This record gives sequence, C-alpha cells and structure tokens, in this order.
Amino acid sequence: MAVVFEKPHALTNVPTHYCPGCTHGIVHRLVAQVLDELGVEGRTVGVAPVGCAVFAYNYFNCDMIQSPHGRAPAVATGVKRALPESVVFTYQGDGDLAAIGTAETVHAAARGENITIIFINNAIYGMTGGQMAPTSLPGQVTQTSPYGRDVKTQGHPIRVCEMLSSLDGVALAQRCSVDTVKNVNATKQAIKKAFQYQIEGKGCTIVEVLSTCPTNWGLEPNEALDWLRENMMPYYPLGVYKDAAEEENNG
Amino acid sequence: MGEKILMKGNEALAEAAILAGCRHFFGYPITPQTELAAYMAKRMPKLGGTFLQAESEVAAINMVLGAASAGVRTMTSSSSPGVSLKSEGVSYLAGSDLPCLIINVQRGGPGLGGIQPSQADYWQATKALGHGDFQIFVFAPSTVQEMVDLVNQAFDLADEYRMPAMILADGMLGQMMEPVEIPEVSELKLKDKPWATNGHKNSREHNIINSLYMQPEDLEQTIRDRFARYDDAKAKHQVFESYLTEDADIVVVAYGASSRISRSAVEQARELGIKAGLFRPITLWPFPNDELYKLAGSAKKFLAVEMSMGQMVDDVRLAVNGRKPVEFFGRTGGVIPTPAEVLEQIKKLAGGDR
Ligand SMILES: Cc1ncc(C[n+]2csc(CCOP(=O)(O)OP(=O)(O)O)c2C)c(N)n1
Ligand code: SF4
Repeated sequence: MAVVFEKPHALTNVPTHYCPGCTHGIVHRLVAQVLDELGVEGRTVGVAPVGCAVFAYNYFNCDMIQSPHGRAPAVATGVKRALPESVVFTYQGDGDLAAIGTAETVHAAARGENITIIFINNAIYGMTGGQMAPTSLPGQVTQTSPYGRDVKTQGHPIRVCEMLSSLDGVALAQRCSVDTVKNVNATKQAIKKAFQYQIEGKGCTIVEVLSTCPTNWGLEPNEALDWLRENMMPYYPLGVYKDAAEEENNG
Repeated sequence: MGEKILMKGNEALAEAAILAGCRHFFGYPITPQTELAAYMAKRMPKLGGTFLQAESEVAAINMVLGAASAGVRTMTSSSSPGVSLKSEGVSYLAGSDLPCLIINVQRGGPGLGGIQPSQADYWQATKALGHGDFQIFVFAPSTVQEMVDLVNQAFDLADEYRMPAMILADGMLGQMMEPVEIPEVSELKLKDKPWATNGHKNSREHNIINSLYMQPEDLEQTIRDRFARYDDAKAKHQVFESYLTEDADIVVVAYGASSRISRSAVEQARELGIKAGLFRPITLWPFPNDELYKLAGSAKKFLAVEMSMGQMVDDVRLAVNGRKPVEFFGRTGGVIPTPAEVLEQIKKLAGGDR
C-alpha cells in the first residue's frame, strides 16, 4: 500500500496534552514537517514558551529549551549567537509573545535576529484558564474581562504582524490560519519560507497562526472554528505583512 | 609568566573572562560596571565573539541562558538594580542546571540608590537571587589581581557543578587601578557538555533544557540531587584568607573593599598592641563556616565590617554559633568606612581586655 501520511520524524512518539479541537497540535505537525523536508532537525534548537505549548520540549525531536515566560526570543538569540549554523525557532502564545515578552519580541525582530518565531494567536490565555490576552478582541468575554473587553479601560488588541512589519530587521511577517485544509497548507508554506529565510540569513521571521482554544472559549471545536472565522479574521486579516525577498524583487 | 600591567578592575574582569574562553557577553549599560561592557564591545568582535547590548537585563540574562544551553562559556555583568532584573533568569538557570558567570559591581540601594560603592547585595547574592530553593557560587575579590584569578575559577566551578557563578564586586574595586599579572593561557581544558542543546546531528536523542516538573516528587528529587552537589561544593570549595588571626583576640571579618580597609585597621591595632586579625571570606557561597567555627575557639570577639547595614554578619553569627560575641560595624548608601573608624571599633572591643 502506498503511504499517504506519516508522522513527521521531527515529532516524538508521545501523545500530546492538548485539548480536543485545539489547533496547537496542527501547528506542531506543520513545523515538524518543515524540519523534515528541509532536513535540519539535527541542527535545530527549539525554544518552548510558558503557556499551553510549554511541553513542546517533549513533542519536538530536535534539541529543546524551555524558556521563562515571554523570554523565548532572548533565549533563542543566545543560542543563535553561540551557534550561528544552527536553526533556531521559538513557539509562543499571545500572552507570552505580546504581553510579558513584548520587549524581547520587538528587539529580536529589530536586531534582525536570524530566528523563526511561530506565534500562536488564540486571543486568550489558555494555560492559566482563559484570562484576557493582549490579542483578545474588543468585547470578548474572558475570565478577567467578564463584561467583555472594554477598550476604554482594558486597551486595544495588538496586531503583531502589522506592528513588526515596520521593523527593518524582519524578513518575513505573515499571518495564517489553520481553520481549513487550504489554510493549513498555506500555513505550512509560510513556515517553510520562514525557516528557509532563516537558513539564508535574511533576518527575523515570524509566522502568526490564528488558533482556537475551544476549552476557554467555551465552544465545541467546530463552533470555535466558526468563531475564529467570524470574529478573529476580520480583526486580524490573513496575509503577508512583510517579505524581504519580494521587496528585493520589486525594488 | 605574564607581564604586569596597570588595569582598572572592571576591565580586568572582562579580560579575565576572555582568557577563560568566554566569547559570548550579553549586557545592558549601568554605572559602575560600564567599563566592563565597553571593554567587551571593543574586544569581542576582534575575537569573533559576541558582544550584545540587550534591551534590558531581563533579556540579557535570558540570552545568557540560551548561550549556556548551547554549551558555550557565557556571561553578563551589571550593577545592583540591573541584577534585581536578572533574578528571574538566574532562577531558571539554576533550575535548568546551567553554568554561567554573572558579575555584580555593587552600588548603593535600595531602589535607584546611588552610584557609589556598596555591599548591600550580599543577601541577594547568597540567599535569594530569585525564587525557589537554589544557590549559586559567589566570589568576592578584594584586589584587581584577585578579580582576574577568580573569574577563571568561577567559570571552572560553574561548569563542574552546572551552576551559575557570581563575582560580587563593588564600585570601588571596579573603578580602581592596580597592577595585575595576566596569566598566559596556552590551552584551555573545557569540560565536555553532553547535555547541551547544540543540535543532535542525528547521532543522539534530543537534549532538553528544562526547569519544569509536573510531579512534585520529581521536582523534589531533582532539588535534592542538586543540593547534594551543593553539599559537595561546600565541603570542597570554602575559600578564605586569614591574616594575623592565629593569636588574635579580635577577629575582623570582612570581604571585598571593606576587607582592604579592615586590613589597615588591623595593622594599626597591632601597632597599638591590640591582638587583632582579619578573616576574609573569598567565597561568600559556600561561606567559609568551618574555618570561622575553628577561629571561634581561639578568638575572643568578632567584628564584621561591611558597606551595608549588616548582612554578612548573619553568616558570621551562624558560623560562630554563639561561642563568642559577634559585633557589627558598617557604613551604607555608598559611604566607604575609613580605617580610623574601624580601628575605633576594634579599640572599643579590646577595651575590656586592656
Ligand atoms: C512570570 C510568570 N508570570 C505568569 C505566569 C503564569 N502563566 C502561565 S501561562 C500564562 C499565559 C499563557 O498564555 P499564552 O501565551 O496566550 O499561551 P496559551 O496558553 O494560550 O497557548 C501565564 C500568565 C508564569 N508562568 N510566569
Ligand atoms: S486550553 Fe486552549 S490552547 Fe490550551 S490546549 Fe486547551 S484548547 Fe489548546
């Protein structure tokens, strides 16, 4: 029989702890497939966040470091500077990347650190039980915005790709989604491009993936995908916000 | 033998780290350690190393965490307020069993405090440089030459025990110029780091650097194993200097800059016929308990002298364990005690016996 699908080598053979319908698992698979296809697992170092993806260090087969909350881009910087030939990625949630780790994210991007940032935007703090995130939508009900996020007192959501795209150090800033097969494939292409740019030394690459958290959104997995399409996509349009190679070609 | 050259303490620390094989420095500007970073900024690019001015001390220590995970000798330097910011990272480094060097050129605190020399971060360095049950090596040089020598030892012990190490200096030592002999290093013998996350090259299982344990029993066991290593370090690496303590009635205990001042005071006391001596801890962790306990048999009184309101004195009292009185004298906030002030204290203590 022809093999149509295999678990990527870059994923370990252990069950994950993710909730049913959570899209973290899909993104793990895509990153692992890209590591396989580029043949770089043996020289890759991944940095796991504090957040639901903290156990990513058990799931990826490459060497892994578990970082303090939000500091993954700084940790990745240290690895990359020590081992310039290595391939280094961080895998971070929105609280990790856009709240506690904002400075580390912005400055790694500004320095053009040759790392790849995989950014899971699920508009909520998953691991700690559903608090408001910097990316929670206006009006979104969470444990710490029980009356809906009031932008007058709780501020506006951060659009990370748009913000980072203004920085010269960024080689790729692209927002994707894994809500449909088509979008899953596009996300994989974006992740692959990000790693390729890193290997070519083009600068900092970030792929933002709109994700679901059915558990803390209080929705069934299918409803969660609908919620993502209806609410997140209009606020966080998919697309390429910065692509150094295209700019080179156009310029 | 290397030649003697005149060097500033901060620059000597930097050069010593380079000699010890450190090629990855991450820092954030702060007085009075500025010359150290400036020296690194000049030298590292020429050596093919990294000098990176981070966006904060928080970022700098986490870059150190990354580089240490990758298996290289790496360091950061700062002064008191900046070291507070590093504490999260130090806790993670300790919890992940990662070696590195942290330099604190202390200034007055709390808060923004001042920029003059101080020793008010003793508690922070030896008791609570971050959350959780852990220790780091802490070395307290008192001359520029000793700064050079201790940097190398600190890196070696950090690697051997897989622990962060700190040089606890102060603004006076950092800024002072003294002749130093830079040792010639022909070949560095660095410890293998098979645990490093430097890419498995498809030839081993993946390595994981981690401080998280979901099962309390696992976490407890890890901490107990780590503390067994601490016990080994305590047994083997208590370093100190004794000066005129053998027949001393009054033993002054001081480290770093205040030990230099105390030494003068002890010499002046001897001229007055007072049997005074100086006990100088060189490792603040592990604290040289054993020798101090022994001294408590022969000495009559102890006097701890610090540039703080009295922090190390706690450890002196623990070591002496009630056998003899332990008094304290200190100036704080960046005020440096004078030998005359310390002599006054020695005379006061000697008073009853004369
Ligand atoms: C310094 C620190 N502050 C707070 C926490 C608690 N904490 C753990 S995960 C988390 C938020 C994670 O949310 P996010 O980054 O959005 O990731 P997700 O869990 O949604 O994937 C917080 C606040 C912590 N571990 N460390
Ligand atoms: S809490 Fe949310 S983000 Fe975390 S695993 Fe469950 S569904 Fe996924």
